[in-house]
Amino acid sequence: MKNNPDSVAAGSSGNSKMHNALVYFRQHWQLYVIFMLPAFLLTIIFRYIPMGGIAIAFTEYNPIRGILGSEWVGFEHFQRFLSSPDFLRYLVNTLKLSVFGLLWGFPAPILLAFLLNRIMSAKTKQKIQLVLYMPNFISVIVLCGIVRILLAPTGMLNMLLGTSYNFMTMPSAFRTIYIASGIWQGAGWASIIYTAALSNASKELKEAAVIDGANIIQQIQAVEWPAIKDTVLIQFIMSVGNIMSVGFEKAYALQTDLNLNASEIISTYVYKKGLLDGDYGFSTAVGLFNTVINVILLVTMNTLVKKMNDGKGI
Amino acid sequence: MKPKKKSEFSKLPSGDKTLLIIAYVILALFLIAIILPVIYIILASFIDPITLQNNGLTFDFSKWTLTAYERVLSNGQIWVGFKNALIYSVLFTIISVVVTLLAAYPMSRADFKGRGFFNTIFVITMFFGGGLIPTYLLISNLGMLDTIWAILIPGAFSVWNMIIARTYYMGIPRDLQEAAEIDGATEMIYFFRILLPVCTPIIATISMWQFVGMWNSYFDAMIYLNSASKQPLQLVLRAILIQSQPDPGMVSDMQSTAARAQLAELLKYATIIISSLPLMIMYPFFQKYFDSGIMAGAVKG
Repeated sequence: MKNNPDSVAAGSSGNSKMHNALVYFRQHWQLYVIFMLPAFLLTIIFRYIPMGGIAIAFTEYNPIRGILGSEWVGFEHFQRFLSSPDFLRYLVNTLKLSVFGLLWGFPAPILLAFLLNRIMSAKTKQKIQLVLYMPNFISVIVLCGIVRILLAPTGMLNMLLGTSYNFMTMPSAFRTIYIASGIWQGAGWASIIYTAALSNASKELKEAAVIDGANIIQQIQAVEWPAIKDTVLIQFIMSVGNIMSVGFEKAYALQTDLNLNASEIISTYVYKKGLLDGDYGFSTAVGLFNTVINVILLVTMNTLVKKMNDGKGI
Repeated sequence: MKPKKKSEFSKLPSGDKTLLIIAYVILALFLIAIILPVIYIILASFIDPITLQNNGLTFDFSKWTLTAYERVLSNGQIWVGFKNALIYSVLFTIISVVVTLLAAYPMSRADFKGRGFFNTIFVITMFFGGGLIPTYLLISNLGMLDTIWAILIPGAFSVWNMIIARTYYMGIPRDLQEAAEIDGATEMIYFFRILLPVCTPIIATISMWQFVGMWNSYFDAMIYLNSASKQPLQLVLRAILIQSQPDPGMVSDMQSTAARAQLAELLKYATIIISSLPLMIMYPFFQKYFDSGIMAGAVKG
């Protein structure tokens, strides 16, 4: 671009700006047509066209008549679910699942990273990591299958406790099962990012601290915590921003007819109402409500970060 | 190795020793909590269902049996599931990685005109979307229901992975590109001959994520695919493990409903082992890519 004779010769009139753009495009058309086009088309078709479909939320949608032919009902669906006690329960279920999940699940990988950091032999550490990361590669279905087996009335947990509870049918047990199995599967994997940050903590700094006679607590305060503080903050903010997007797959696979009181969350409700009952308009409205709350949360969190971080957002 | 460790440990102040011991104990408990259920499932998969239900685990080997494995392996549906999962995962990984790596290249160049525009278009989709029903109706209107394309195409471009690849490209020294331009190399030649070969760690990482993600997911297949012949492994597993409704061929020879239910329970253990085996075997080979990928993601944050 810099050495392009055309752009040097061109003046500063609007016409030559156009000309410059054309020259740039002629030289770099591959960037647009070959590199960018596939991703751009996929995004427009499969991400933006469905956004137009949000209009369904304001209609009594009839698949045969299409969006424009369906009866326009305004905010009727929103009024319907916001005034329904069931919906309130699903909202609370979703929030409790993610807030408690964050409360228990967020510190676990940080703790693991600190513990791992205390293993002196690199070989042992690597072997431990291999075990810690393994559950991440188990599928949601297999994880929930294992959970159901272990928690069955004759399963391992009841054998250990000497009882015969049917945990999977107890609404009061659902959240614990969901969160504990989440930590079982994810804490090791999530600790990678902190382990990496810890090992980036300057070795010399740590050795100096040891020579100065710093004990473990002092090493953590002076060297290790400062090394991962920023990572912890960023991870926390991202988790808070995602508080309304509780995954469908696991909640659905852990649901039984009897624990629905605690296990029905917004995403499973949207699926059942929409695809199983065919109530498209209503289901889209519920989904939209969820997305909007999520966006508000994210924007709020990002503004907070900017304030704390001298104007730098995520 | 060992004596050296011992002396290091004995040199520590006594407060540190206590702390270290507590740390090791907590870590050990966590490891046991991971390993114990796995061992239980492995052992239980070999035990006769009636014995397991009445007495729990036993090391009386006369009660051990390979029935469950024979039944699961001789059932056609699970092989169909494996075959489909492999096809979907491989094709999805290829399509997704190609589209993502291509898009990341212009986005990594400061002189790319329209970078801000594309960036905004892409990033918005990370936070906002049409939701389940509008997406489903689109797939339906495009005639993609019950076809492999519904699984492969809509999610092929991952903005997150694009950002990670872009960050990685940007870390490649500029001189490489300048040298290429002086040689009169076109974008294509620079990208394929010079850039990609030095980006193998990040390509491997993204490929691994996409492959494992597709292999382990079930939601898209559940809503878009109806034919039994197109079901990926996870949906076959769901029928056996979650709905307790194995393919009738696996249990139909049993006389009573009770015996069938008992057998269906035993099949779960063997199914878990068989279905997890491929990834568990491949997983240690992925290990060297874990850190590089996670760190690439962290740079962005």
